[in-house]
Amino acid sequence: MRGDWAYNQAMRVGLFIPCYVDQFYPQVGLATVDVLEHFGVEVEFPEEQTCCGQPMANAGLHMETKPLAERFLRIFAPYDYVVCPSGSCVSMVRHHYEQILGHTAELDRVGLRTFELCEFLTDVLKVDRVTGAYPHRVGLHQSCHGLRELRLAANSELVGPEFNKPRQLLELLDGIELTQLTRTDECCGFGGLFAVTEEAVSCMMGRDRVNDHERAGTEVLTGVDMSCLMHLDGIIRRENKRIRIQHIAEILAAAIVKN
Amino acid sequence: MHVIKTADHSTAAAAFIANGDRVRWHDSAIWFARTKRDRASHGVPEWETLRELASKIKLHTMSRLDEYLEQFEANATRLGAHVHWARDAAEHNTIVAGILNQHGVRRVVKSKSMLTEECGLNPHLESQGIEVTDTDLGEWIVQLRNEPPSHIVTPAIHIRKEEVGELFHEKLGTDAGATDAQYLAEAARRHLRAKFLAAEAGITGVNFAIADTGGFVVCTNEGNADLGVSLPKIHIACMGIEKLVPRATDLGVFQRLLARSATGQPITTYTSHFHGPRPGGELHIVLVDNRRSEMLGAGDFRRTLNCIRCGACFNTCPVYRRSGGFSYGATFGGPIGSIIFSAREPRQHKSLPFACSLCASCSDVCPVKIDLHHQIFISRRQLANLGLVSFSKRLGLRVVAAVLARPWLYRFAGSTARLALRISPRWPIYNRFNIWGRQRDLPPPPRRTFRELYAARKKTPPLPYREG
Repeated sequence: MRGDWAYNQAMRVGLFIPCYVDQFYPQVGLATVDVLEHFGVEVEFPEEQTCCGQPMANAGLHMETKPLAERFLRIFAPYDYVVCPSGSCVSMVRHHYEQILGHTAELDRVGLRTFELCEFLTDVLKVDRVTGAYPHRVGLHQSCHGLRELRLAANSELVGPEFNKPRQLLELLDGIELTQLTRTDECCGFGGLFAVTEEAVSCMMGRDRVNDHERAGTEVLTGVDMSCLMHLDGIIRRENKRIRIQHIAEILAAAIVKN
Repeated sequence: MHVIKTADHSTAAAAFIANGDRVRWHDSAIWFARTKRDRASHGVPEWETLRELASKIKLHTMSRLDEYLEQFEANATRLGAHVHWARDAAEHNTIVAGILNQHGVRRVVKSKSMLTEECGLNPHLESQGIEVTDTDLGEWIVQLRNEPPSHIVTPAIHIRKEEVGELFHEKLGTDAGATDAQYLAEAARRHLRAKFLAAEAGITGVNFAIADTGGFVVCTNEGNADLGVSLPKIHIACMGIEKLVPRATDLGVFQRLLARSATGQPITTYTSHFHGPRPGGELHIVLVDNRRSEMLGAGDFRRTLNCIRCGACFNTCPVYRRSGGFSYGATFGGPIGSIIFSAREPRQHKSLPFACSLCASCSDVCPVKIDLHHQIFISRRQLANLGLVSFSKRLGLRVVAAVLARPWLYRFAGSTARLALRISPRWPIYNRFNIWGRQRDLPPPPRRTFRELYAARKKTPPLPYREG
């Protein structure tokens, strides 16, 4: 029945909150819980979780990543679905654990059921209508791993049909205006340790993204990954720009849940 | 070999970025090539099918490379070409110099070939008193500046036309302060025409060699390859062994992809097919391995042999556009160069796979579907396994991994760090060791973590909301 999400209560959903979100952006985690509960999903947050291991893996230290990957699979094995407000961490589990652990049945079981929040809403819960307004000029930053590994949207490089799951959700909100960028899906330059080891390139990339949003009139800058937004916000605050960052879960929670 | 030595990529990149005007111009000029590529590829509805087909043809060819190479040799020989095999760069250079010396050649014109760059052919020939002129305009400009190319398709992309004006004024005596592209190109044309007329041999690269005919194809926009091999009697074509395709009909797939990916053109202005020597002429084909068979044997990087050197991964790479070709300190950089050269010389090129934010754009523009960003990810593992990830990085990440494996330690470390950030004034935090903080603020540290707030919230759950 439309508008009644009670049937979603049957599934057991494990909430995976990236370590830096837990530590620095707790409100993003809470907004994720709000949104999922709004759609009738009862989430569980397994306390033992820490990190998917991506920082170690991206540095080439696969031996050091292995125990964290194994830990992750063990912790989230009991759930029907694992949902996470980060495209990058989900991509680590779904696309890179295999390079670390090899192909295992356990990885298949957990990996294939680990979802980024937006795709969980559009593809599993089939959310296609909501009641809520967000009367702001919003700029969508398309984080690379969500875009090009999870395929949350059609990217500018490929030739094929248009689709965009995060945008599709935002467009359900009344009064929202999405800004038009010159470079629709260029990397922000965060890249994990890259942000420090290639500081000059990273900051120039970030500044270019912020300037593009500024030109487009973005008031609220959003995306599916808080890591990209943290890097962009660092530049925004250092340069006293008039742009606010909000994770897409915060926008959805503010518009739908608290309306 | 012209290789500009650099300490590591990030140092060279920072120096490149320090010149704000230049780096912005460099980024937009190359981004423009990327947008042209997008327009051209989006005009071909079956683009993704073509990429898949091209990838499969190349993977198939590589799986039977020995057979196809021998087939090519037999057919090319039947057509009257001399086929030479070179194990490495030195053998390649010796073979080419041998052919030239045997005919007493002292002046050579050469069209663009990244293979001869890789082998360092020019300095080798020059050391034997042979004059080599690169006839591709961009290549000639960098040759006059005594520089290597900074991009595999647009070798002088790092040079502005004002600088070309100054260079031509100094070397060719054009008017001082000239910046008009037409005027400068005319001057280049006049000078190069004399070189073409005086040349006793022409060297070209090879874009595609065809096993079942023994012919090969050279693609240029300036027609310089054609002119260079039409006037002199001797044509030497140098090719990496991965340039092979099985059948002439396969060419259609690659021709549709190559120029669209490279410059956004439907096809290069000149696509020249060579089948044996022209009447009265002599054709030599040099097949070069130079560590390609090692890549073929190393499963992880085999797909790099799919590469058709279109440069699309350079144009899309946000790091390349902002750091320039020389920051890589290799024959060529960008995503594909970072993989190839860090695999070949890991000690020398260990910073290259880290000159990447893993944005994955390269993998999606690649016309032959090389999974570039995955290979970069794997390159990093290779470097770590060789002990080439710096001690401090490795140690630091080991500590982090140990903390993350213990939830109590993770909670303790997190709360300590956030407390320190919260109570400290700004200056001790934004010190010179805080690289993050040079141009960016740190996120404001919250008092409580998600897990703490979530536990508190579970004790007093908010009223469930129901829609409708």
